[in-house]
Amino acid sequence: MLQQKLDSGGFAITAEVCPPKGSDCGEFLEKSRALQGCVDAINVTDNQGANMRISPLAAASLLTREGIEPIFQITCRDRNRLALQSDLLGAAALGIRNILALTGDHISFGDHQNAKPVFDLDSVQLLQTIAALSEGKDLSGNALQGKPSFYAGAAAAPEAEPFPLTLYKLEKKAAAGARFFQTQAVFDPEKLRFFSETVRPFNVKIIAGIFLLKSAGMARYVNRHIPGLKVPSPLIEELEGAADQLAKGTEIAGRLAAQARLHCDGVHIMAMGREDLIPEILKAVKREL
Amino acid sequence: MIISKQKPLSEILSALEGSARVFLIGCAKCATVCKAGGEEEIWQMQEALTAAGKEITGSIVIDEACHMLRSGRDLRSKKEMVEEADALLVLACGAGVQSVSSGTPKKTVAGLDTLFLGNIRRFGQFEQKCSLCGECILTETGGICPVTVCPKGLLNGPCGGMDNGHCETDPEAECVWYQIHERLQSRGAVEKLRRTVPPKDFSRMLKPGKLKIEK
Repeated sequence: MLQQKLDSGGFAITAEVCPPKGSDCGEFLEKSRALQGCVDAINVTDNQGANMRISPLAAASLLTREGIEPIFQITCRDRNRLALQSDLLGAAALGIRNILALTGDHISFGDHQNAKPVFDLDSVQLLQTIAALSEGKDLSGNALQGKPSFYAGAAAAPEAEPFPLTLYKLEKKAAAGARFFQTQAVFDPEKLRFFSETVRPFNVKIIAGIFLLKSAGMARYVNRHIPGLKVPSPLIEELEGAADQLAKGTEIAGRLAAQARLHCDGVHIMAMGREDLIPEILKAVKREL
Repeated sequence: MIISKQKPLSEILSALEGSARVFLIGCAKCATVCKAGGEEEIWQMQEALTAAGKEITGSIVIDEACHMLRSGRDLRSKKEMVEEADALLVLACGAGVQSVSSGTPKKTVAGLDTLFLGNIRRFGQFEQKCSLCGECILTETGGICPVTVCPKGLLNGPCGGMDNGHCETDPEAECVWYQIHERLQSRGAVEKLRRTVPPKDFSRMLKPGKLKIEK
């Protein structure tokens, strides 16, 4: 289990699999099953990038049925506090314990730009909500039937500037009950080391985000269009000079994951549709283990 | 100031379909400043509607169209022209339109889209700084409103989309939490950022808002 792995000082490996746009979960389950042997848990994203997909609660539940441990990503963008609590209780009843509490990408990035953004709570308040439910109380102080058990985590952006400003929020997230930070993709091990040392006092486990750069073009796209992600130019040049850029990207992701091993408690692999390459990326980490 | 913007003429004409005679109503306050429903715009609208074959029975620019009594009184002063019209075209905010519609059974056409409560940056340039949330926290946030300026209304600091102090939804715009941080830092009050802000009381902005000043 993810929590046991992290609590016992083990190195956790998680990966992201995007649930389908539609009700056919065949491919989603196939990809997840293929990863079952090499990861501790699979993150199920929540209408990622504000693009409408199947409910992550449903998708996570399908994973538990398969004996695969999910991390249910839940955002504040599409649910008010009633819906958030209700989905969290639903998750607990379905045997889903790991929650990644997120604010959520803004509606303006996605495929339903005319929708009403909710943001009734923010990520810190969502973590407080999870803590309240775990104590057997809802946000209004009403008693619940049973106390759900959650293992809650939060997002962190080690390369965000100004960093001191993000640090205040990370401290609040830790105080609100975050037990692990899953970081935004980091391409500079030095940044990861600095981040890890800085947040150590919060006593929160750190799972480093590793992003598979499939080509130099993708790396440049990421730098231009994804807020907070910074691919250093030597990495772009390395990709550019390779005969097989995908193979090189896989090698780079493996290297970054292995380096993250030195400073963090786990890695979270974002393979952007090439989940089949995750075992290859992880070979580099396993060599270190 | 209530910021409003004129609807496209094609939309106004389609709303006026079947109404040959039209009475025009503007507002001397916000809609005038927004150049959406003042004397000048009423005049231009009259020209445009006449060119489109409408007959204008008359017009008036009410001092404050949202003032229900004043709006009723002003319209009574033009009673005959109003009576003659098949429709009233109101170039005022949604509040102004409803002052008019509440006083007459006649077809009322809203000629503006009402956008937000805005500050005037300079002539013709407006910015939303307050969302009328009913629970002001400006004292705690260095006089800068995250409820309004943050597209997500976040109360406990920036989201993961902040990039070099800028907003993920508009790279040209500074993240409001960056602005608040700078302001509090300059004031030596940065400790305020450590406080966890509890969930907001949205019951304060439940619709429809009502206030009656008790003596």
